[in-house]
Amino acid sequence: MHPARFTFSTRLTFLKGTDLAETKDHQAVFAPWEDPNEAPLIRFRGVTKKFGTFTAIHDVSLDIYRKEFFALLGPSGCGKTTLMRLLAGFETPTEGQIELDGHDIAPVPPNQRAVNMMFQSYALFPHLSVWENIAFGLKREGMAKDKIGDRVTEMLRLTRLEQFGRRKPHQISGGQRQRVALARSLAKAPKLLLLDEPLGALDKKLREETQFELMDIQEKTGTTFVIVTHDQEEAMTVASRVAVMDAGVLKQVATPSQIYENPNSVYVAGFIGDVTILQGRARKDGERYLVDWAEGQPPLVTHSGVEIGPGETCHYAIRPEKVEIHKDRPDDDNVLHGKVIDIGYLGNISTYHVELANGQIIRAQSFNTERSTRQAFTWEDEVWVNWTDRCGILLAG
Amino acid sequence: MRKSLVYLIPFLWLLALFFVPFLIVFKISLSDIALARPPYMPQLDLSEGLAGIRAFLSELDFENFVFLTTDSLYWKAYLSSLRIALIATFLTLLVGYPIAYGMARAPHHWRPTLLMLVILPFWTSFLIRVYAWMGILGQEGYLNQVLLWTGLISEPLSILNTNTAVYIGVVYTYLPFMILPIYAALERLDISLIEAAEDLGCSRTSAFWLVTFPLSRPGVTAGCFLVFIPTIGEFVIPSLLGGSKTLMIGKVLWEEFFSNRDWPVASAVAVVLLLILIVPIIFFQKNQQRQAEADA
Repeated sequence: MHPARFTFSTRLTFLKGTDLAETKDHQAVFAPWEDPNEAPLIRFRGVTKKFGTFTAIHDVSLDIYRKEFFALLGPSGCGKTTLMRLLAGFETPTEGQIELDGHDIAPVPPNQRAVNMMFQSYALFPHLSVWENIAFGLKREGMAKDKIGDRVTEMLRLTRLEQFGRRKPHQISGGQRQRVALARSLAKAPKLLLLDEPLGALDKKLREETQFELMDIQEKTGTTFVIVTHDQEEAMTVASRVAVMDAGVLKQVATPSQIYENPNSVYVAGFIGDVTILQGRARKDGERYLVDWAEGQPPLVTHSGVEIGPGETCHYAIRPEKVEIHKDRPDDDNVLHGKVIDIGYLGNISTYHVELANGQIIRAQSFNTERSTRQAFTWEDEVWVNWTDRCGILLAG
Repeated sequence: MRKSLVYLIPFLWLLALFFVPFLIVFKISLSDIALARPPYMPQLDLSEGLAGIRAFLSELDFENFVFLTTDSLYWKAYLSSLRIALIATFLTLLVGYPIAYGMARAPHHWRPTLLMLVILPFWTSFLIRVYAWMGILGQEGYLNQVLLWTGLISEPLSILNTNTAVYIGVVYTYLPFMILPIYAALERLDISLIEAAEDLGCSRTSAFWLVTFPLSRPGVTAGCFLVFIPTIGEFVIPSLLGGSKTLMIGKVLWEEFFSNRDWPVASAVAVVLLLILIVPIIFFQKNQQRQAEADA
């Protein structure tokens, strides 16, 4: 099975369920970015960062709110780490302004910002014990000795490291080191915690457990988290909102489900999750759009949030889990005929690659709900695929 | 079997070129001075068999070692050597650490060149380089000429033939031995550790003392021993740059050996020097071992 996809879908159903039941669960109603009265904790105003002639960040404006778990997502070199280092104070913007709590933070050096960072390499001090690592920031603050002791103990308990206080970083496991780094960066109770690829060095299973632990700790401490990651599943799992970046530009900032179900560009649609993208021309048909995309293939139909002028070229994106596969022709919208040329069996789901008469490949996913080693479809089977008129995503350009 | 052959090579090397010569020197230190060639006795005469060996052994004694304690020159020379070596090591550290630090922080493509420049002086003979310092530090030397010309001083400074000149010579000569291990330690240092320290509230200075310096300490220790150990027994630098008041055990040893032709006392001085050096050498080994364990 594909565990991350599983966590993602359970999270979606969880959100949907609470929406319907209108419970007081704050996770479901937590949306300060929709509240016009809410002042953001961090505000980027037209921030540009150049290294020589290279523009790492281009004119970024972004608001991040209190108690958010905000993810910066993008491929390596997209500028997400630079954005984070700007917040930490290790870089200064070439243009624009960054405000923390309404104050410009440009003149504040990193050692005086109420911002702490958890480094990708963890950057634990190898000559200090776990206890001393966590106490490091508190000692610099000049906190009283007994208070430091209490705070470190609290941090050790929060990260379940009580037994490891006396050990040196090289005497504990990778997962424990990760938690020490987290405890150290949380010890000073920062207004904002920055996490640079915090789970990158962990193996897959541990990473998934730790994702939930991070969410738990974030909720317990009420700290605002900004996480940098190139792993889209990680961003979707932990974040309240995700910013997708590419080449120094913010492509889309939205909740994980909005990003997944309503991407605003071909780039975002392709970067998040699996998708088949077709190119065509749109025309309006009542409430819906019809997209002519290939000779000899029926037009594809969908509802759309974006307006597309008649005859304009557009992209039509469809995610494999929305595509159904049938032996007989279903009586529905968006029905295409083709042949199975490839099957990806993952245990819980199977992905079928269906080749249409014009050579286009459509991917369809189905859940293997019954326990059987025999697949419903096999190679070279003639099949029909279809999806409803709400599943396709229409993208301009 | 093959494995033990590999071990055998260093052991044989040390046996032939360290242990056997040491035994010879030790034996001479137990002998008496004689107007002969070689200038000591007894000589081992194997033609008389076992009786000869017994006669030979019965004439060996620790007289020379006792003699070293009776003349204050020797222990003063040992102490003075230790003091000069300690001060010189500290001065070398003061000069070497910033250089190593600068090298480790230099852009990547510059580092091989800088490393080359540090090693470059080794390509010229050590003796020539020390002689060059005589030309620089002398009464009419370049240094005095420049200082007089700039008007900073009105009388030439007498640096040559003082302890100051010895310190300058030692710092100059042994600087690469200090720089290289410190550079190696600093270069491995993850820059994000410094950023983490600053992020947690350290100023640049306190980040240096709390993170950078402690983490470079193995390199500092190694560098200090690499300078300290050869400086104790140093002979060329004090005899060329030092004055008549510069008392170092290397010079004493040389004078015993060549001026007084007292091989037995010279050997005793050498044996005691070796015993004194064993202490820092053991510490040095311990330090290297600890570092190797930490790396593993």
